[in-house]
Amino acid sequence: MNTAECPECGGAISFQSAPIRGEIISCPDCGAELEVVNENPLELDLAPQEEEDWGE
Amino acid sequence: MKLAVLYSRARVEEKILFETLDARGIDYDRIDDRDIAFDLGNPDAWRKYDVVLERCINHSRALYALRILNDWGVPTVNTAHTADVCGNKLVTSSALFRAGVPSPQVVVAFTPEAALKTIEEMGYPVILKPAIGSWGRLLSKINDRDAAEAILEHKEILGSYHHSIFYIQEYIRKPKRDIRAFVVGNETIAAIYRSAEHWITNTARGGEASNCPVTPELNEICVAASNAVGGGITGVDVLEDAERGFLINEVNYTIEFRNSIATTGVDIPNKIIDYVLAVGKGEIINQKS
Repeated sequence: MNTAECPECGGAISFQSAPIRGEIISCPDCGAELEVVNENPLELDLAPQEEEDWGE
Repeated sequence: MKLAVLYSRARVEEKILFETLDARGIDYDRIDDRDIAFDLGNPDAWRKYDVVLERCINHSRALYALRILNDWGVPTVNTAHTADVCGNKLVTSSALFRAGVPSPQVVVAFTPEAALKTIEEMGYPVILKPAIGSWGRLLSKINDRDAAEAILEHKEILGSYHHSIFYIQEYIRKPKRDIRAFVVGNETIAAIYRSAEHWITNTARGGEASNCPVTPELNEICVAASNAVGGGITGVDVLEDAERGFLINEVNYTIEFRNSIATTGVDIPNKIIDYVLAVGKGEIINQKS
């Protein structure tokens, strides 16, 4: 089942395709940026903030 | 043929690359850089890969991982050399000048006093950039002496030491757009205009993408820029100067292309994978590592 609960607001989040660890999504309810931290069982956490050496 | 994709976050680009690899039936492992612990004297676990495609979001992780892999003899895209040069704007500019690739004027100074003197001599406006940084972060367009003094003091006092390496670039009065060209090996496979009212035109900062024809002149300068930094798969940022023509601004080594596939009509992910496979087969030998 590709659904999970937003760790920020508790809203339901569903995935159209299989979630990938490290995938970033936005909660449709509260807009929080979330990261898939585990695929099975599906777990979400708040995505890390941008760091100074991030980029292309 | 066994590939590994080293990544930090499954952004749109990584998902597209995974889908492309899956669709082509290529045997590969996804390796999250948060799980890695390199035992430097024990390369066997990594030598099973014919090639590793690096897609890290952290420059430092990418650079050190590539260095270790290349020292072990594991082919990578890109190489540690290319990552090292592209990850630092100062080193990139030095490599471009060494290779004779047309670029804006760049002056490097190590103290606020020397930087201010240089800026006054260059004339306003100028661009001040952190040597390490991406997505248009912390770029400063300095329009007058008051701004110069303020920015230089803030950088020296509030920033870590590398913000006191002052990279000062001539401001190019570009036509409200710049060009992002995608170079794979010795070919510019596609290019987009990035248009914005703001002087920062990165798509990460809201610049709008449209197709840019790859002329022989654009191809030539972009391939020269890519090879100057070590070659491989690069995103070359090009400015258009009314008198001097194309000038190379920056070169990126872990390219983002989500806005450019539909815009250009070019199958960028498959061209990336074609190149990665060629490196894995040993067919590409002009990469510096």
